[in-house]
Amino acid sequence: MHTLLLTIVLAPLLASLIAGLFGTFIGRVISHCVTIAGVGLSLALSALVLSRMMTAGEPTFEETLYTWMVTDGIHFEVGFLVDHLTALMMVVVTFVSLMVHIYTIGYMHEDEGYSRFFSYISLFTFAMLMLVMSNNFLQLFFGWEAVGVVSYLLIGFWFTRPSAIFANMKAFLVNRVGDFGFVLGIASLVYYTGSLSYSDAFHAAPMIVTHTITPWAGTSWNAMTFTCICLFIGAMGKSAQVPLHVWLPDSMEGPTPISALIHAATMVTAGIFMVARMSPLFELSPTARTFVLVIGATTALFMGFLGIIANDIKRVVAYSTLSQLGYMTVALGVSAYSVAIFHLMTHAFFKALLFLAAGSVIIGMHHEQDMRKMGGLRRYMPITYWTSLIGALALIGFPGFAGFYSKDSIIEAVHAALEKGTVAGAGYAYFCVVAGVFITAFYTFRMIFMTFHGEERMDHHTQEHLHESPAVVWVPLVLLAIPSIFIGGLTMGPLLFGDYFGQAIHVNEANNVVAELGAEWKGPWAFILAGFTSAPFYLAASGVVTAWALYLKWPAIPSAVALRLAPIYRLLENKYFFDWFNENVIALGSRVLGRGFWRVGDQFLIDGALVNGSARSVGVLGTLLRQIQSGLLYHYAFAMIIGLSALLGYLLWHA
Amino acid sequence: MLGLPLLSSLIWLPIVGGIAVLLVGDAKASAARWLSLLISLGTFALSLPLWSGFELGTASFQFVERMAWIPSLHCDYYLGVDGISLPLIVLTTFTTVLVILAGWGSVEKRVSQYFAAFLILEGVMIGVFCALDGLLYYVFWEAMLIPMFLIIGVWGGVRRVYATMKFFLYTFFGSIFMLIALVYLYLKTGTYDLGAFYAVHLSFNEQVLIFLAFFAAFAVKVPMFPVHTWLPDAHVEAPTGGSVVLAAIMLKMGGYGFLRFSLPIAPDASHYLSWMMIALSLVAVLYIGLVALVQSDMKKLIAYSSIAHMGFVTLGCFLAWDIVAATQSLHGATLGLSGAMVQMISHGLVSGALFLCVGVLYDRMHTRDIGAYGGVINKMPIFGAFMVLFAMANAGLPGTSGFVGEFMVILASFHANPWYALLAAVTLITGAAYTLWLVKRVVFGPVANEHVEALTDVNPREFLVLGILAVAVLAVGVYPKPLTDVMEPTLRHLVDLLSTSKF
Repeated sequence: MHTLLLTIVLAPLLASLIAGLFGTFIGRVISHCVTIAGVGLSLALSALVLSRMMTAGEPTFEETLYTWMVTDGIHFEVGFLVDHLTALMMVVVTFVSLMVHIYTIGYMHEDEGYSRFFSYISLFTFAMLMLVMSNNFLQLFFGWEAVGVVSYLLIGFWFTRPSAIFANMKAFLVNRVGDFGFVLGIASLVYYTGSLSYSDAFHAAPMIVTHTITPWAGTSWNAMTFTCICLFIGAMGKSAQVPLHVWLPDSMEGPTPISALIHAATMVTAGIFMVARMSPLFELSPTARTFVLVIGATTALFMGFLGIIANDIKRVVAYSTLSQLGYMTVALGVSAYSVAIFHLMTHAFFKALLFLAAGSVIIGMHHEQDMRKMGGLRRYMPITYWTSLIGALALIGFPGFAGFYSKDSIIEAVHAALEKGTVAGAGYAYFCVVAGVFITAFYTFRMIFMTFHGEERMDHHTQEHLHESPAVVWVPLVLLAIPSIFIGGLTMGPLLFGDYFGQAIHVNEANNVVAELGAEWKGPWAFILAGFTSAPFYLAASGVVTAWALYLKWPAIPSAVALRLAPIYRLLENKYFFDWFNENVIALGSRVLGRGFWRVGDQFLIDGALVNGSARSVGVLGTLLRQIQSGLLYHYAFAMIIGLSALLGYLLWHA
Repeated sequence: MLGLPLLSSLIWLPIVGGIAVLLVGDAKASAARWLSLLISLGTFALSLPLWSGFELGTASFQFVERMAWIPSLHCDYYLGVDGISLPLIVLTTFTTVLVILAGWGSVEKRVSQYFAAFLILEGVMIGVFCALDGLLYYVFWEAMLIPMFLIIGVWGGVRRVYATMKFFLYTFFGSIFMLIALVYLYLKTGTYDLGAFYAVHLSFNEQVLIFLAFFAAFAVKVPMFPVHTWLPDAHVEAPTGGSVVLAAIMLKMGGYGFLRFSLPIAPDASHYLSWMMIALSLVAVLYIGLVALVQSDMKKLIAYSSIAHMGFVTLGCFLAWDIVAATQSLHGATLGLSGAMVQMISHGLVSGALFLCVGVLYDRMHTRDIGAYGGVINKMPIFGAFMVLFAMANAGLPGTSGFVGEFMVILASFHANPWYALLAAVTLITGAAYTLWLVKRVVFGPVANEHVEALTDVNPREFLVLGILAVAVLAVGVYPKPLTDVMEPTLRHLVDLLSTSKF
């Protein structure tokens, strides 16, 4: 097992190093062969691990790989924890990664940085595997930051584009704001447990709850609440939750394959994974869960609205990713960790599919991403169309498709939490996730209709060259479309209601809303049938119909509505002014403050007054003293007389 | 090693070698270069048995050499290393080799004098780290100023005279107070032996005065806010090699001084004034972090970033008492100290590497103005990769050395007070902001102008220097255990010393 796991992690790293360092010598074909072989090996072995765990009853694997350092009695280690949760993540990560690797052959074939790109995505796979396989916070943080760096490198892959290198810096910095919280959360755990390992943190959890932190006199916070919120702030950065979501739409500056891999299927779900992994901690803090729930619900609904007005096909998918991440976060907030992971998995497949399909459209359109210049593409790109449609139906939660099972489970879990009263804020969250269904259906089918249906709005030249993308592009689409349909129904039973996760996820009995769902679970078919009569289905259907009406039937209406609702439209168009605020208040404010400190503090006060000032005052003093030493006898005599009389006067006065 | 006095060899080989290089003369520049390289390599090689022969698990001084030096003053030629000085010595010998290589082609004026200055400086700096006698230490400490003064003053930029004067006066001002403290301790103990300094009982007031005297010397060197303004000027005017040595090693003299003198000699005063040290450290992290953001000169930006990073060193050194106050235990104090030490080593590697990167660009474009660059990576892809790596290390990325020390200090400061951790952790944001913004403006983007268009990528010599540093930065980041193992016993012993009152 040890060697097996090590191979899973190191194969992509080795491949990445080969392609990255020697890419120019070995050429393109060998570069992509090596990296695909590396990731393929990882996938095969990950699948082997998963199947052994599911069928052969392979126990949870936990082992320290090596000791990073030991100081002050604290062991900093690198090691693996592979249980059912990890195994599932490993397969999802390596599968999507392999699809993206293959797809990239087609998508990037004209690009100069071909080998470099393969090196990056393999490196990403390594980092992501390190993240999910970790058994301690040190390695978790390593993986966490390493995926961030690769994301930075890939968003800025086309480094001559000013927008790309702005977006990648923004992504890194916003993530760093999250990491700021994350590091404090880790520091808090190390403080209370003296260890970085997960298991020590979990064992100590009941003890941590009994402590409080006093930030200032008169206020005290529960140590567990503080820790969990700090950790979750990290998740907010990585998983793009409001208000740290601002980087994700801009990250679309990167090549489309990485939008699928990193900014949809895997990296952005790291925060979700982390919170699920930390479930024994979060279970002990209702306040932290409410925080999680409210943030998630807000993201789920309000980021969906932005999808409605976006015209860039990739941005629509990006906003839908934000919204879906919000759904997962909501599931975490109501202690339905397994449901969150379930949605994470289905989402990984259908969202990767939607991104790659969008990429296929973009190739067909000669790198045009504006949907207003598309339309009617289904005639030219049938495979892309049908796979997109599958992805879209999965996304809106159409009964029978993968997303349906997971999204409906989230909605029902929130409903159960609301009824049981397990967590505050469930009412708000329920409203958001239900309303979100309509919004999701609306913007998703707006995208489908604008891209594939209706009038052909592209220019003549583009139209003449339209054709289906090559096999390296559409084969991954098809391979992703299959799980986008079936994976939900196949896995929902064991994942949510069976004992799949076992000890990996811990839920307090009082908060266990998934068990409520399980009581009504009669298999996937019954669930589908129930789905057709439920409120979310009607909401989704009306969303699709509305999109059809507004964008196919009466296309004049949207602009009229935009005009009528100008203030709201402006609010959405400016993305709730988050970017404006960050750029004009935070970024500008820091620069003004920095310049102020520099000019006033360093240059004027320290250098001007103290350093050069002391030199100057010595000079001035010298000049003054020189005046006294005039060399004239009567000056000295006069001074003596004055001094003497002053002294005498003083003595007489006191006598 | 054949009974060779290892520490003396480490000190005197580069000094004597430096004089030899001087004698070769500027006319035979090539011979001077090769001889310097040979000597620096030899010194580095000599420092390796120091590491391998160092006995782990003990806090006592090793490789001790002692003989009478000036009997009338009871001062000895007394050398030894422990877990604090050993890594710094190896850092010194390592860095000097790279500096010699880096100056190979880019220095054309007074070549032999240039290399000789660095070799002599190396020996003197090793002397500072090994000296266990107060007066010997002081002599090395002051001697260190001379070669650096010349390096900036002779091979420096346009405003080199202002910068050297500022550098010299600042540091000299601080050192005078240190001398007074050393003399006072001599009068008190009748010897300059550091061990006696540690053992002697001192009243509270005596300790406070001694602490402040040492503080004057060390705070300037670190440099701590508000006595930091010499550093940006010195860096900007210094030649590349000078900047590298300044950042990589000379700043460490301050941190080393706190660990070697202030904490063990004046523990009660350190306790009493720890609030001030922590406050100044946090100011360095926050205030300087923002100042670094707005610099338009690459070297100034890195210089300010150095000050912010060194804030972690001083923060880590003075956490012990707050930890005791918060938790009634010393657990976490050693973590803070070893974080400070690791941060020093890492900063030596990373800031050195960044200054070398600036040097590579400066050699080609003759400007340090960020605005003159843009899209360098188009013309210098290998250089760009190195620069991004070192920038990430500067931003404290896990897997690079820059992460290790910062992480340890943040963890330790949480033991003392969550607020300290919170304020210190702001560096995650500011550090990334100023570093990545620099990278964005210099490395990425379209080719900015015809000068950038004419750039050529690193030559094999530059590749070698940057490559070695890249390996070192990654090695410390991936496996810091060898480093912390060396330091741990000494730092535990130091925690004992500083937690024992000397009244």
